[in-house]
Amino acid sequence: MSVTPNASPAGHEALGSIPIELWINTFLFGILPYIALAVMVVGSIIRYDREPYTWRTGSSQLLRRRQLMWGSVLFHGGVLFLLMGHFVGLLTPHSIYQHVISAENKQLVAIIAGSLAGAVCLTGLILLMHRRFFDARIRQTSTINDNAVLIILFVQLMLGLATVPFSLAHGDAEVMLRLSAWAQGIFTFQPGIANYVAGLDWPYQVHLVLGMLIFLIFPFTRLVHMLSVPIRYVWRPGYQIVRSRKLGAGHG
Amino acid sequence: MKVRAQIGKVLNLDKCIGCHTCSVTCKNVWTSREGMEYAWFNNVETKPGIGYPKDWENQKRWNGGWDVKGGRLKPRMGGKWRLLSKIFANPDLPEIDDYYEPFTFDYSHLQEAKESKAFPTARPRSLITGKRMEKINWGPNWEEILGGEFSKRSKDYNFEGVQKEIYGQFENTFMMYLPRLCEHCLNPTCVAACPSGSIYKREEDGIVLIDQEKCRGWRMCVSGCPYKKIYYNWKSGKSEKCIFCYPRIEAGQPTVCSETCVGRIRYLGVMLYDADRIEEAASAENVEDLYQAQLDIFLDPNDPAVIEQARKDGVPENWLESARRSPIWKMAMEWKIAFPLHPEYRTLPMVWYVPPLSPISSAANAGQISVNNNMPDVRSLRIPLKYLANLLTAGDEEPIALCLERMLAMRGYMRSKTVEGVIDESIATAVGLTGSQIENMYHVMAIANYEDRFVIPTGHREDAEDMFEERGDCGFSFGNGCSSGETKTNIFGGPTRKKLQTPTSHITGEMF
Repeated sequence: MSVTPNASPAGHEALGSIPIELWINTFLFGILPYIALAVMVVGSIIRYDREPYTWRTGSSQLLRRRQLMWGSVLFHGGVLFLLMGHFVGLLTPHSIYQHVISAENKQLVAIIAGSLAGAVCLTGLILLMHRRFFDARIRQTSTINDNAVLIILFVQLMLGLATVPFSLAHGDAEVMLRLSAWAQGIFTFQPGIANYVAGLDWPYQVHLVLGMLIFLIFPFTRLVHMLSVPIRYVWRPGYQIVRSRKLGAGHG
Repeated sequence: MKVRAQIGKVLNLDKCIGCHTCSVTCKNVWTSREGMEYAWFNNVETKPGIGYPKDWENQKRWNGGWDVKGGRLKPRMGGKWRLLSKIFANPDLPEIDDYYEPFTFDYSHLQEAKESKAFPTARPRSLITGKRMEKINWGPNWEEILGGEFSKRSKDYNFEGVQKEIYGQFENTFMMYLPRLCEHCLNPTCVAACPSGSIYKREEDGIVLIDQEKCRGWRMCVSGCPYKKIYYNWKSGKSEKCIFCYPRIEAGQPTVCSETCVGRIRYLGVMLYDADRIEEAASAENVEDLYQAQLDIFLDPNDPAVIEQARKDGVPENWLESARRSPIWKMAMEWKIAFPLHPEYRTLPMVWYVPPLSPISSAANAGQISVNNNMPDVRSLRIPLKYLANLLTAGDEEPIALCLERMLAMRGYMRSKTVEGVIDESIATAVGLTGSQIENMYHVMAIANYEDRFVIPTGHREDAEDMFEERGDCGFSFGNGCSSGETKTNIFGGPTRKKLQTPTSHITGEMF
């Protein structure tokens, strides 16, 4: 891999002498990930704690059922698959999966599965966007926040799909390996991770930046509802919930 | 045996005049807010009719309530996995048009209109889109006093097993009012269906509430509730429901709907029940047995064994005292004149109804009237027995017939006593009561004094929180109301904060 530490040997050079591209690259791919993740984690905790009344899915099914049934199911199905794919694909170390699948084949699987899920997600997203922007009831009751989330996800999805031809163009898995090295580097605090993704084709880079922006705005949008996936429900004992107000013996 | 107490309610439909005071006072207090305009925690329906929301009683369509399959109780919507599979789009959720699109009128136009040939009118405007509504097609009370065609109203689910065609004829028509609110069930499906676990039943008084901070808006409760008494607030993205005016109940006061009831038809009182047998009662094999099964888990507040166990289970003494004077116990258990609404939903509802008497039918009037103790046969009353039975006892006519006979007997007995000056004990014994029971019934149901209708023990807040530590607290607010910050908008997407605006501020601006 063509990775070299970016710090100059002397280490005392003024900022002005660092090429602007390098500076931007370091900021976007070396620093922004931490800002975005920190804001997401801290922001979500604060919101959960201070504003639980605002923590919700923001469903608009009551106001208009049409297009939501298909739109929502396709979108959520697709986007969940994509999320899981990104998680597993990016964060599984090469040393672990190489026993099962070669990097080239893994990239092929990712391209095919990702494209299919992307198409499903896109169909749902288009239905949802059409509903949100053209149905009078939904348009009137939508906040800028609701609209922005849909548009951002749409752009992100398109960028993701735009990387497919680039990935197909270069048969080897070098880009994939660089991307996962970058993603894993974030969590293992490796210095100079920005260099892993330096010089990648633009759809990859913009996709990454927008992805980090999504993390950044996450706590301020309805996206937080994905942290409340009610899986606990499945093993909640029984069906009924009774709350008692009685404090333990202690006062009075 | 585990003794729990619940504030139960009975509505005497025989005295309901359909004035909607309950609905309006409730609306003014609790749901006069954006996002909840369409929601009526309490509404009054004219029956027969499809009701609000449309066709709510048809569980084949909405999948509310419970089902018993292989002896196991399961929500009709499906078990937990099945229910979660509907989370992205809930096929059993009514759309707002099934309730009605809320609207207001352009009242200001009446004052601001320029001189014109035609009289200015206030035209309707949607409260959701803010747009003109050319025609209002449905409202919260569209079928008021038999409004609309019989062919539409007769889709009423309670006509099952009734030859309904003849009731479309003018001479045979009948109607009754049905005020509805949350049933605060012993076995609520809304609680069971909530994936977030935000809905709960309060142990001390049985009131079912939604924790607004825990609700995530998965909206399964709306479908789960067979009475459709949970409403999704489209503005806040949370579900809301009748809170049984718990701040009033805790203070020993009746709910707003009960307090303001003009016909004095509402009763509130304590019922003790065996919490260990809820599942057993709700799982009764035949739906006709559910009414009796629910009666069976109510516990006699005068039974020393029950009192002893209740004390062990932490039921306060004033609650036991109130249970012994409970009007609900008298009507449901002693006189057997109050019934649960749709027991076949298996939720074990706790708002019960006294079915209404009705004029004798024209057929009976025409000379074929069958008379019993100078009183008409209850089967010759205008409202078909089967209809009431479908509403209140899952189709079993016997308990309804006995109830109506007892209510007629009460009239006969009191007429004989006050008009003829004769105490005719035989009228009472014919319906399995004693004269003193009938007098008591008359006192509670006909005179209906405030203190007889509402026997509500005060709550024990001291059990729940140390009031000393609560001093200076901010009380109820939506969200984090006490430190609302300085920004006008809420960065987390909550509703825009309203600053208190008094009319004087506007006037001041003009005067200077």
